[in-house]
Amino acid sequence: MNINLALIPILPLIGFLILALFGSRLSKIAVACVGAGSVGLSAILTLFIGFSFIVYTPAGGIYKVNLWQWIQTGGFSASISFSLDALSLIFIFVITFVGFLIHLYSIEFMKDDEGFSRFFAYINLFVCSMLVLVLADNLLLMYLGWEGVGLCSYLLIGFWYRVPANGYAARKAFIITRIGDTAMIIGLFLLFVSFGTLNIGDIMQQAPARWVVGSPVALLAAALLLGGAIGKSAQIPLQSWLPDAMAGPSPVSALIHAATMVTAGVYLIARTHVLFALAPAIQTLVAIIGALTLLIAGFSALTQHDLKRVLAYSTISQIGYMFLALGVGAWSAAIFHFMVHAFFKALLFLAAGTVIVLLDEEHDMFKMGGLWKKLPVVFITFLIGSASLAALPLITAGFYSKDEILWFAWSANKGSTILWLAAIVGAFLTSLYTFRMIFLTFFGETKTEPTHQPGLFMTIPMVILAVLSVIAGFIELPESMGHVHLFSGLLKSVLPEVELTHGPNLEVLFQVLSAIISLLGIYIAYQLYFRKSKFAEVFNKSSISHFFYVGWGFDRVYDVLIVKPIVWLAEIDKNDYIDFLNKGIAQIALSINFLFSLTQNGKVRWYLIAFAIGIVFILTYLIYQ
Amino acid sequence: MVTISMEIQILLAGTIFLMGLVGLLMRRNIIFMLMSIEIMLNSSGLVFIIAGAHWAQADGQVMFIFILAVAAAEVSVGLALILQMFHHFQTLDVDAMKTLKDINRES
Repeated sequence: MNINLALIPILPLIGFLILALFGSRLSKIAVACVGAGSVGLSAILTLFIGFSFIVYTPAGGIYKVNLWQWIQTGGFSASISFSLDALSLIFIFVITFVGFLIHLYSIEFMKDDEGFSRFFAYINLFVCSMLVLVLADNLLLMYLGWEGVGLCSYLLIGFWYRVPANGYAARKAFIITRIGDTAMIIGLFLLFVSFGTLNIGDIMQQAPARWVVGSPVALLAAALLLGGAIGKSAQIPLQSWLPDAMAGPSPVSALIHAATMVTAGVYLIARTHVLFALAPAIQTLVAIIGALTLLIAGFSALTQHDLKRVLAYSTISQIGYMFLALGVGAWSAAIFHFMVHAFFKALLFLAAGTVIVLLDEEHDMFKMGGLWKKLPVVFITFLIGSASLAALPLITAGFYSKDEILWFAWSANKGSTILWLAAIVGAFLTSLYTFRMIFLTFFGETKTEPTHQPGLFMTIPMVILAVLSVIAGFIELPESMGHVHLFSGLLKSVLPEVELTHGPNLEVLFQVLSAIISLLGIYIAYQLYFRKSKFAEVFNKSSISHFFYVGWGFDRVYDVLIVKPIVWLAEIDKNDYIDFLNKGIAQIALSINFLFSLTQNGKVRWYLIAFAIGIVFILTYLIYQ
Repeated sequence: MVTISMEIQILLAGTIFLMGLVGLLMRRNIIFMLMSIEIMLNSSGLVFIIAGAHWAQADGQVMFIFILAVAAAEVSVGLALILQMFHHFQTLDVDAMKTLKDINRES
């Protein structure tokens, strides 16, 4: 049983090793079998373990497996050991299942690519790192996974490395997330200094006893961890890497930049929720960051032309919702939205990737159109995913998860009307840009003809994800309808329940309101982009639209504030003034050496004179001392 | 028997030693340099004899016999080296032998 748990991350690792070592010698079929098969086996194992976890819940709600001691030095020890609780169970379920579907999809998507085995090697390594991240029982091992996914993200964004822009996007993603990672590792140091251990369970147990609520050290620790989380999860102010990360292949965008890696920040905050509860100011900051991000990214998504960039901004915005939920203490609502989002956003990316590939690498939505008749399967799955993203009432999973967040943003005791207002405006924006995308891509006149139809390997994962995007919502229904709490019931052992200040009787009102907002967004999108209202064109040409299009100018600001001064400094210091000290010491030693080496002229008589003078000196000294 | 004071004797030995040293430093011919070394060696032997005579001890003369033996050995080795040198350089000028120097400076 316990060894099986360790096998979940090890299987993709074995897949990676086989592909990395022998990938170039294997046939494409073998590569596909190893690549997708290893993750598929992990998914099956996850199913078994998840089943036994739910049926025979272990004492304390945790499965543990200790593989070996990793580091043991002085007072510090870290082990390679995994622990599975309800929170990690949900994450590994999403990672292995969505990961497996995306692997299947990639077999067809990448079939003509020369880097076929390289792609599967990277993506297997990614799945392994991500599983290590969520299963780790100490923060150091978690950091290993954290860096591993960062590395794979870098490798896969720059997968088509012959285009310089892709390499630039990869570096940008790596460097910006590194800022967050640095904050996080400092946070880990701080936690170690305070508690003498990095074991997550121990820290969470000791923290409430050692730290007073709102004490400076608790605030600092939470803030540093938050820094790591916003870097990885592309939240303000470190969000600008994600839209550029779309340079990678579409399955990568689906797996890494929508379903799993970018939600690592959400996982981190949920995992260390005790620390955030001890630092209320930082937890409020989490909510504010989430609310700001979802608005800013929502506006940016409204103006994008590139289909994948719309989805990228939408991902930022949806993770903003998760942060908002975390910030108001609705932990399980955030995780629920994570799961639902993983399904529908992976689906949307896969469908978008299909559209792009079938239209011969056409990314611009304004050059698409009328595809609903040509690509019916893609259209229907994309429509289901979009409906879930836009939170179409009652039938979609997105409605239930987002509605929960909206309700808690107002009703939780850490929530407020302003947060709720931001979230509801964000919901309106979401349905507006989602259906703008649908109307531009699939309706209107056909501008580019698809070259062929997608094969089974592409359609089956999309169909499965489309089904999940609908039915996943029914495992957690609000009190006003159905009152099903399978999901939060499962998470109850790990995450505390949200504290409400308002009774549940108002919830219906909020649901109706958010349903209306969602439908209103769809209607306005219909007016603007299906009926081709004049306003859409005017808006498209306005400067504010351009401002949104470039992502609120964050890149410009960073360029002026950070990149330019550093380049300027480097320009001044191109002769390396600090090195003058080192070089000077070496120079002095060299010139003294030169002086002495002058005496080594090879003339025997010269040596004899020196010898005689030396003797005279020594004798003089001995006689007159 | 005329007794010569010890200062004069030591002075004589010192003068011979200096002659040897000056010869060693001034001469360029290696055979003369070897001869100068012999002179210096003998002057030091002379000092042993003088000291032995002064304190009426046999040790000084014993030491001198040692020095003679050492000088004989030294001369045989020295002459062999000089022979090799002459074969190699076709000259007896020591200034021609400049390979014993800092290899980093080819001047």
